[in-house]
Amino acid sequence: MSTETEAPAEAAGDTALIAALIAAAHDTITTHRDELSELDRAIGDGDHGHNMARGFDAVAAAADEITALPFGKALAKAGTTLVMKVGGASGPLYGSALMAAGKVRDEAPTTLAEVVELLDAAVDAVKKRGKSDVGAKTMLDVLVPVADALRAGPAEPLGTARESAAAALEATRDMVATKGRAAFLGERSAGHLDPGARSSTLLIDAVSAVLEKS
Amino acid sequence: MSDNVSIVIVSHSADVAKGAADMVRQMVGEEVRVACAGGTADGGLGTDVAAIMAAIEEVWTEKGVAVLVDLGGAETNSEMAIEMLGEDKGAHVAILNAPVVEGAVMAATEASGGSSLDEVRQTAEDFGA
Repeated sequence: MSTETEAPAEAAGDTALIAALIAAAHDTITTHRDELSELDRAIGDGDHGHNMARGFDAVAAAADEITALPFGKALAKAGTTLVMKVGGASGPLYGSALMAAGKVRDEAPTTLAEVVELLDAAVDAVKKRGKSDVGAKTMLDVLVPVADALRAGPAEPLGTARESAAAALEATRDMVATKGRAAFLGERSAGHLDPGARSSTLLIDAVSAVLEKS
Repeated sequence: MSDNVSIVIVSHSADVAKGAADMVRQMVGEEVRVACAGGTADGGLGTDVAAIMAAIEEVWTEKGVAVLVDLGGAETNSEMAIEMLGEDKGAHVAILNAPVVEGAVMAATEASGGSSLDEVRQTAEDFGA
């Protein structure tokens, strides 16, 4: 493909954004690997941090290839990488979310409404893949409240995203799990944060931090 | 090699997946092809979409592939693997709602007589009910 006839300015902008998002997501998951596994050890099989780190290591390793793609295709490629590498159900859940968001359009979102559109596509994919919905003590209990808070069109979307994620994460503590391994524990799953809700919160914080700087 | 419905066993544990596949081979014989996928790529407990896809491809036949799974994540990852095979191939693959070991043996027994994927599913799922 000719590089001279492409629109280099815009493409370069997305390349930098995608690279920053990959680095931030990889960094936060790696930093919190043990914490995520510890949360999972309480109510799951104890491998969430390890699995997520393996997935995001693979995404970071493929960064050159991913950043060369249009934004939507980059999301989808990162999604398939997570699906193939995570080795737990969180791979298909996060992977399907990114693949669905990537299908919305090729260009990076430029308005809050477009961001909400991506989040909605991601949420629908997670619901379908996990055959789940809010209230089951899963990542949806963070993703859905954040999408709803942003849908209201707040004046400070990044702050709103972080605050609603933090509050929603805390609310998973008292929930009784009805999905995933934690569901086997029934009432005993109450009193613990959901590891998937925690990793979703970490990723929302990481994305917000990147957008704040851009 | 026969063109009977094949069996794929998916477990969080490589040992469980392999052990169940060995049981099917020993009890049902070579009339039914059996493949398994267990554990993560780095040898831990978990299920690996790439490995599940490879197992289905290994025994794939148009007659159909019956997939037996252990716990929740194995089902999610198997559904993902089937989707990623593409609609044409995926349409011939079914996840059975049956216990992994007993279901696999029942499914393979039914398959060895030349039954359709639907019949194989019915037999394994009735057994589990």
